Formats: sequence, structure tokens, C-alpha cells
Amino acid sequence: MAVDRSLIDKLAHLARIRIDDAEVPEVERSLNRVLALIDELQAAPTEGVEPLAHPLDARQRLRPDAVTEGDRREAYLALAPAAEAGLFLVPKVIE
Amino acid sequence: MHDLTVAELSRALARGECSSVELTRALLARIERLDAQLNAFITVAAEQALEQAAQADARRAAGECSPLLGVPIAHKDIFCTRGIRTTCGSRMLDGFVPPYDATVVERLAAAGAVLVGKTNMDEFAMGSSNETSYYGPVRNPWDLERVPGGSSGGSAAAVAARLVPAATGTDTGGSIRQPAALCGVCGLKPTYGLVSRYGMIAFASSLDQGGPMARSAEDLAILLGAMAGFDERDSTSAERPLPDYRKALDEPLASLTLGVPREYFGGALHPQVGAAVEAAIAQFQREGARIREISLPHSSLAVPAYYVIAPAEASSNLARYDGVRYGYRCADPKDLDDLYCRTRAEGFGAEVKRRILVGTYCLSAGYYDAYYEKAQRVRRLIRQDFLDAFAEVDLILGPTRAQPPPFPWAPRGTTRWPCTWKTCTPFRPVSPACPPCPSPAGSPRDCRWDCS
Repeated sequence: MAVDRSLIDKLAHLARIRIDDAEVPEVERSLNRVLALIDELQAAPTEGVEPLAHPLDARQRLRPDAVTEGDRREAYLALAPAAEAGLFLVPKVIE
Repeated sequence: MHDLTVAELSRALARGECSSVELTRALLARIERLDAQLNAFITVAAEQALEQAAQADARRAAGECSPLLGVPIAHKDIFCTRGIRTTCGSRMLDGFVPPYDATVVERLAAAGAVLVGKTNMDEFAMGSSNETSYYGPVRNPWDLERVPGGSSGGSAAAVAARLVPAATGTDTGGSIRQPAALCGVCGLKPTYGLVSRYGMIAFASSLDQGGPMARSAEDLAILLGAMAGFDERDSTSAERPLPDYRKALDEPLASLTLGVPREYFGGALHPQVGAAVEAAIAQFQREGARIREISLPHSSLAVPAYYVIAPAEASSNLARYDGVRYGYRCADPKDLDDLYCRTRAEGFGAEVKRRILVGTYCLSAGYYDAYYEKAQRVRRLIRQDFLDAFAEVDLILGPTRAQPPPFPWAPRGTTRWPCTWKTCTPFRPVSPACPPCPSPAGSPRDCRWDCS
């Protein structure tokens, strides 16, 4: 399917990336090129072939349900663009 | 001294011909003098490096003697380093100073390696020319008008230019192999799960793998020996016994059968690359290896499958950059949505945004089965090709890249992406069950080509 403005708007919203009007033609062109390439997959005969998620077919490892990491709250909060009183700050969410 | 390999430096240090501090100082001076032309480093950590070198010298004086003790190396700027800025080549992480070390960083430091700095890379490892870095492109040391390959292009260029004897890289769809080939050095994408990814910034988690880059196979073996092994902090880390890689180097080739896939020859393969590979095959034959032609019939589907799987996983992994917990945040957000949307629009470069949008498309309602799940099925077909081949042969041999060191610089802002997948074909990118390991065949310096 061809990419158009409304699809780009939808993807930009889902991905939470603002795309300015001036960028739209270039984004449209490049997405169309990529989709043309990946559409080559559609011709592949995959009936009865199971999806492969892990090259070694590994299973998720389990570990005892115990705390393994110490409290590093201050170190992590120090990385935040805005933090106060042990909390990350964001613009007001609830009026 | 800068021309010595890790193994040679290791012997020189052991014999007391130089100290780690002297060696580190010499390489730092070389970086200072030459890197302005190459832009291989994003951050040089001179002070910390000299401290680590002094510690290495003290450890040696106390009787310790391991092959990496006191040897200077560089890390790709995708590995978190405690107290040293880690950018992943992105404005998004421009000021990010991690509070912890990646396992790879920790292990190499424990082995005594000295970290001189963090190397340049395509933004979030998305690129194969090193032109997408927020910190500017890296130049190929063999020819400054050419790209070094990517995304581990800073590491490849630094090793090729003798700024460091070895460096780490990461490979998702060719990001160690391709720059190693274009800069004429050795690189290895280890088997998935062999090298811990704890503290290695994620791009596409079912493909990402860290590995070594150096100037000899022996050095790769030394580095890999220090990097590899189970790590409980990485849920995808494999629990399996490790061979002695260095010892394996002495095994004769006479016992090996090498498979040469016919799909890797012809088509877009440049005659000079083909000739270099043929010469390598002849060399292996003289050493006693048997050569057998094999077929990997689904090879042509590898790149399309890669360009679904990698962007899909990237769109999910990069959702964490939201301007709240770390990294870049836009100025004066008017509400939470505005904070997310503008932070990500301003913090990510064009290539990263494009891939996130492609991935978002592939994973969106109504398209998941047609793209992501289809690509996962194709990936099993590709893996089966390799399993069938390895029933007959011990190794598979082929060109890393179909085309020689590319292309003159693209005007800034133009997109290189479609160019890379037709000409650069990261062979077998979605079958990481086997470790690909390029070694130099022909010199990038000898090549002059017209690039399409």
C-alpha cells in the first residue's frame, strides 16, 4: 500500500514524533521506497513455517523472585531532565 | 609502537619493553594529532585512561600477567561507561553519563584493558556509512574521501589508523562486519547470546550482538575470550561452555571443509571484490582446506526480512526516549504529548525517525501479520538454509560486502538508506545462529572505483 499524508500522520502519532509539513514529502518518498523493498517478502512461501523469534530457540530464563539490585534512586533521578522530591517531573497531566 | 597488534603489545608489556602508561600516552598523542581528520572518537577519556594505565602497571608489578593487561582499547559509544559520556551517536543522549558500566566494559577492564575513549557511530547504530552520527561523519583512513562503513565506523577507522590496536563494536545487520571490511581490519559478530548486552544500548534486540574489532584474528580471539560468557543481567545471555579461542587458532585448516555459497557471487558483486575472495579461497586450498560449492536459496530474502525486523524492534526499543527519565528534553512543552512529540522530533535524526516510522507501520494493527510475523517465518527459512549447509561444511566463505569501499560523500541531508541495501547487502543478517567473521581480503587502499 502506498504511503500518503494521512498514514504518515497516524504513524507519527503512534510513534510520538512530530513531523512538520515541510518534512512530509521526503518522509513519504523514503517510506514508499522501504515498503516496496519489504513487500518482496510477500512472495516468499511460508505456509506451515513457524515464526522464528530466537535463533537458538532459547526460552526465557527464570530466576528466584528476590531483589538483586540495591537502591539507586538518587543516581537515576540525577539523569532526569527535571526531578524533584524523588519524582520525575512532567507537564501537568490532570487538570 | 602504534603499529603493533594486541598480541605483540602484550608481549612487549610482559617483557618490560614499555609500560602501559608510556603506551597509553603515545596513543593518546596520536589520537590528538590525527583524529581531527578522521572524527573516529566522540569522547577521548585521557585522564581516566592514564589512571587505568597506571593501575595496569601496578597490577603487572604485583605479578599479574594477562594478555590484555595494560593494552589500550576503545569502546563504541553504544556501551555504557560509568562516569564517561555515552551518546550512541545521538543528540538524544548528548549529555548522558551512565551510572554503571556495561558488562563488556566491566569485563575488559577486569582483564586490564585501558579505555582511551568512545568511538563515533551511526546514530543508534542505524546506518552503514557513519554519516548519520550527530557528531558528524567518520572518514575512512585509507582514503579520506570515502566512508568507513557503519555503524561501528569509528571503531573500524580508529583500529585501521593505528589509533588503538583494538576496539569494540556492535552488529545488528552488518555493523561490525561491513566497516571492518571497508577499513581493512578484522571484525567478528559473535553468535547471538555469547557476549552480554547488559549496558549495550538496544537497537533490534533479536539481532544485536557486541563483538571485537582488531587487526588480526589472534587479537579477535584474545578480545572475545575476555568479552564472552554468561551474564545473568542479560536475559538473552546463553549458558554454554566457552572454548579457548586462542588455542583454536593453531588448528590446521586441512581438516576443514569450506562452503562457498553460489548466491554470494554474481549479481551486484564487484569484480575486484570477487577476485579478492577467489584469491582467499585459493589460499585456503593451498593450506589444505577442502572447498565445496553450496547453496543458500533464501539469501535474497534476508535483506527485506531485516528491514522489517530491525525497524520493528527499534520502534519498540526507542520508545524509552521520552524526555522524562534521561536524555534530551524539548524546551517549554505545553503538555505531556507535546513533550514526547517534540523531544523525539528534535532529539532523533532523520534516519532514526524514518526507521521508527517504518517499524511502527510494520507493527500497527492490521499489518503485524503481513510484515513482522511474515519476516519471522522467512527468518526460519533462512536459518534452515544455514543448518542444511552446516551439515556438509564447517565454515561458509564469502564476500562481506558486494561492493568495494563506497561512495564519495553524499551531499548532507540526502538519504543513503536505499542505496545501502541494494549494494551493500548485509549477507545473512537474520540468521545470527552462526558467527560471521570478516578478515581483510585485498586492501581498501588499492581500490579505485566508480560508485553507483
